[in-house]
Parts: sequence; structure tokens; C-alpha cells
Amino acid sequence: MSFKKLALAAVATSALLLTSAYAEGIKDPNIDAYYQTFKGKTIAFVPVAMGFDLTEGWAAGIRQQTNALGMKFEVRDPNWSTAAGAQAITSLIAEKPSVMVIHNPDVQSYAHLLRKAQAAGIYVVQVNMESSFPTDAYVGADWHQIGATAAQAVVKACGTGSGKSGKVAIVQGVLTAAASAYQVNGVYDVLSKHPEIKIVSNQAGDWDASKARSITATVLQQNPDLCGIIGFWDGMDTGTAAAIKEAGKTGQVFLVTSGGGADGACTNVENGTFSEDISYDVPGQARDMNNMIKTLLESHLKPGTLHLSLYTPLKIITKADMTPTSCWNLKALQKAATATD
Amino acid sequence: MRHATMRWSVLKRHLTQERIVLAIAVALFILFSIILDKFLTAENILTLVRSVSVLGILGIGMMLVVIGRGIDLSIVAIMAISVAWTLHLLNLHVSLAEALALGGGFAVVSGLMNGVLVAYVEIPALFATLAMGTFIYGFGRSQLIDLDIIQLPEHIGWFGKIGTGYVLGVPMPIILFAILGFLVFLFLRYTRSGRFFYALGDNLPAARIVGAPVRPMIVLQYVLSALIGFVAGLITATSVSSMNTRVVNSTLVYDVILVVVLGGVGLSGGKGSVRNVLVGTILIGILVDGMTIMDLQYTLQNVIKSIILLIAIVVDSMVNPRDEQTAQQGDI
Repeated sequence: MSFKKLALAAVATSALLLTSAYAEGIKDPNIDAYYQTFKGKTIAFVPVAMGFDLTEGWAAGIRQQTNALGMKFEVRDPNWSTAAGAQAITSLIAEKPSVMVIHNPDVQSYAHLLRKAQAAGIYVVQVNMESSFPTDAYVGADWHQIGATAAQAVVKACGTGSGKSGKVAIVQGVLTAAASAYQVNGVYDVLSKHPEIKIVSNQAGDWDASKARSITATVLQQNPDLCGIIGFWDGMDTGTAAAIKEAGKTGQVFLVTSGGGADGACTNVENGTFSEDISYDVPGQARDMNNMIKTLLESHLKPGTLHLSLYTPLKIITKADMTPTSCWNLKALQKAATATD
Repeated sequence: MRHATMRWSVLKRHLTQERIVLAIAVALFILFSIILDKFLTAENILTLVRSVSVLGILGIGMMLVVIGRGIDLSIVAIMAISVAWTLHLLNLHVSLAEALALGGGFAVVSGLMNGVLVAYVEIPALFATLAMGTFIYGFGRSQLIDLDIIQLPEHIGWFGKIGTGYVLGVPMPIILFAILGFLVFLFLRYTRSGRFFYALGDNLPAARIVGAPVRPMIVLQYVLSALIGFVAGLITATSVSSMNTRVVNSTLVYDVILVVVLGGVGLSGGKGSVRNVLVGTILIGILVDGMTIMDLQYTLQNVIKSIILLIAIVVDSMVNPRDEQTAQQGDI
């Protein structure tokens, strides 16, 4: 065999080899390690309760990811009982999941337990309601900003130049909840710069529509020229709106509220029940949580090393700038999650 | 000296708890009318009564059971779940008549189970209804409805008027409260069953000896209170366009017991009438309305509310002290 022939054969063989390599594609060198990081890991979720749009939406979002990545997902539902929630966290610490996702009922109750969980080597992600003990990550709404945004909307509707009375009422949730306390602080931060706005009532509706309804009825009775109401949760403010409607003042009283942005929010903005609904977009929050869970697991750092915060970008829903994608549908989200089971 | 003692005893005889509470209510009403601008207006009075009419209706249901020396701690759970299920069915496009029949049927069955547990299995009412309340809520939340707040669908016609309509300028919930109060008053005073309620609450063995069908009567009490709970729930749901089942975890059931006891219906059974519940309900209504107008802080409101209630109870126990005759076994 001459040298020329040998060279030709060599070129031909290598060309053959190369073509076959391209036909099978090139293996991404990162994916094995990526999937290996998550496989068999357990994610535990302790909400204040299941059964409402926020927690059901988050759970559906997390479940979709845990299914896709071969992780286990566990929900412990304390059904509004702080004691049952503490019990659930305590038993979870013994079971050692890789990540705990915690929805705090207030700023104090779980603080000590969350510290213990991190010390036991569990990553702790807090959602939407933060405790006084900062853990690896917080994913959720910036309540101060929601309060400030709501206050700005009311200033625009009732402040100088609006020709209105400037009288505003606040319907809070439960006074001790972080969501209520931080929010009212944001409201006052803005309103203190607007002396033309007068707060005629600041009462707690306890997240309950019936209570919000009777408070608002009385306030409207006393202040027939009331211009605006800042409500703290759209699930409760259907009651606030009912009182406005009964007084025959729909459209005259500007009602701004906030919530998870499920499709009921859009319906209520569309039919004029709410003037504005500030949404913290639950599917977006679920994705933030998922990314945070993955980031922590991939970091392989010791739990407690990081203190990250991901505040949710707010979506403002008004009749004028509502689109078909402004709100989300819980049934669709749950269907997408169960499809991956 | 003898004269003065006699006058005191005459006064004491007239100072029942109901009158004491009524006096406090009238005093507060006059005080608020003077110090609060726009308290004494027709609109505000209607708002005031309206905001406590559901509480009053539940109070009437509770009273029927308390007269028979029982208690119904499951009334709020029955209200929440039966009505939430009704709304859930409406959302699934079940017809209004069917949805109401199923929801009402659920309430009746729950009441029957309460009654059978108390009357036939002879479990103390306190434990039977406490357990049943938890069971009804758990069963409803896990088997009947999927979310804890169920929205009222739009386009339900006349049904929505239960909570939001007006008759001659008076809100429907007040009208329904009045009608129900009047019906229960007639029932208690003029029907045989009504008289049996008092008899068995006062002295159950004696009622049985004279031939009162005590067990079926006890069952009837719990069925009635469950049905009244269903009605109260329909009013709540239609006035705020949703039913919030979380109300089961709230203090509502204690507020209901409060207006019943405050008005002078004894937990030891055998006494009380619709009027007692009215007085208790109105006092709470005046207090809450006045404090909301004053824009008092929520926690301070609770303090003031409990102080007034304690005063009413302390005055009553001083004027009407308990002795061997008035204290009964089974008194809570």
C-alpha cells in the first residue's frame, strides 16, 4: 500500500467517523450533573392552609417541576392552625427533606423552627409571608410596595385636581399578619406626603368579606362623599365592594385591592367591582420558587449560607390595560401539574 | 329599714339579665346619639341592625337548642359547608332548586346526626356537636368543595336578592331576621312541640314521665338549628357574593353563644325567648357600629366589647345570685 493510499484511507475513515458523530449530536456535558443534583430529592411545602388560589397555585407550580426532575413533593396542610404548622415543621426536620418551602402565618411563630431546620442541613425558602428569621431565601410580594402602589392609585383618583373630597378609608386584614402590617406602612408612607388625602377610617376586616362589608357600610353612611377605599385582599374586598354597590356608589368610590391575580380578579375589575387590582401573579411566584429551589440545590452550599430575596414584580390590573393574559386560571395550572404525574 | 329591704327585693325581681342588658343598650344608644354625628339617622340604624342580623338569626337557632339544655357548636360549620356546597353546585350549572334542595338536605342530615347522637346515643351535646362540627367541615372541604372560598355565580336572579334586596327601604336580611324571629316566637309559644322544648330543658325526666316524646323533640331542635344555620348562610353568601368556609375557624360560634347568653337565655335550659336574643344582638350591634364610626383600633374594640359584656354578667350575678334552686346540674 502506497503512502498516498494510506492517507486517503485515513481521511476517509476520519470523515466517516465525523459524520456519524454529527448524526448522533453532541452530548451536553452539563446535563448529567444537573439532573443528578435533583434526582430523588424531597421538597416539602408547609402553607398556612391549602384550598385557596395562592397556595393551590404555588403547589401546582412546584409539583410540575418536581415531577419533571424526578423529585418528591410533599404538602403538609395545617389548615390555618399555627400549632399544627409548627408540628409539621418539627416532624419534617426529623425526616430531613432537601428543601422546605414555608408560608408563615405571622412573623414570629416559626422563627425558631426555621433556624433549627437550617442547622439540620435543610434549605429553607419562605414564601409571601416572611418570618423575623431570614433564611436561605424569600420569594414573594413586597408588601410595602403593594401598600405604596395602592396609595398612589388612590392619590391619583382622589388627590389634588381630582375635584373629589379626598376622603379615604382603609380595610386591613388581620393586624398581626406581616402582609397587613407592612402594607399599611407602605400606604402611610405615601399618604403622609399628600395632606389633601384624609383617612376617615382604618379598620381590620380580618380577611373576612362579611366583616369588610359591614365596616364599609358604616363608613359610607358616615361619609357619603367618601372618595376611595384601599382594601388589603381581593378575596375579602368582594364584601367591601358589596357595601359600595348597596349604597349605590359603584363607580363613584374608587376601590383598589390586591391579590394573587386568579381569573376572579379580572372578572371583578371588568365588571367594575374593583377599580384596580394589584396582582402578585402566583404562577410567576411559583416559577421564582422553582428557580430558587434549583439554585440552592445546585449551589451545594451549606444551608444558612445565603440570604437571597426575590420580590415579585407586580402586575397592575385595571379595566383600561387588561389583556387576556392578565390573570391566570387555577384549574388550568392544576391540570398542567397533574399531567406530569 | 324594712321598707328599704322590701323595695330592693322588688327592684331585684324586675332586674333580670335581659333588662340589665337592655338598659346598657339604651344607655349606649343615647350616648352615641349625643356624641356621634350621624349616629341617630334612619340609614345608620338600618345599617346597624343589618350588620348583626345574621348573628341574630344564628342566635335564634342556637337558642332553640339551648332552651332544651343543649348546645350546637356545629351550627357555623353546617352553615358554611351546606351553603358553600350549594354555591359550588350552582357553579357546576345545577339548577337553583336542586342546589338549594341538596344544600338544605345536607343541613337537615347534619342536624339529624347531631340530634341522634345527643338524644339516642346520649352523648353530651357539648362533645357531640363539637365533634360533628369538625367532621362536617372536614367532610365538606375534602369531599364536596375544592376551595375554601366559593364564589356566587352571576345571573342567579331572585336568589341574589336574599342578601341584597330591599322591601320598602328595609334591607332583606333585616326582614328575614324579623320574619324568622316571629315564626320561632309563634312556634315556641303556641305549638305543642314548642312547649315541650321548655319542658324537657327544665326537667327532662319529669317531661318524659308526663308523656313528652323527649328524644324526637331533641332531634327536632338540632334539625331546626341546622336549617336556620343554612338560611343564615344563604343571606351571608348572597350579600357578599361568596361563602367563606374559613368562618368555621373564627370566633363566630362564640359570638352566637354570647348574644344568646347575654340576652338572658340560661345555658341550664328551660328558659328564654326570641326577645332575649334580640336584646343581646342589638347590644352587640350598637357597640360595634358606634366603635366603627369612632374608628377605634380593632384590638381596643375587643377590650371595650369584653368589658361591657363582663359588666352585664357581673351585674346579673350580683342581682340574681346562684343558689341551690337556680343552679342546676349540667349548667355550663
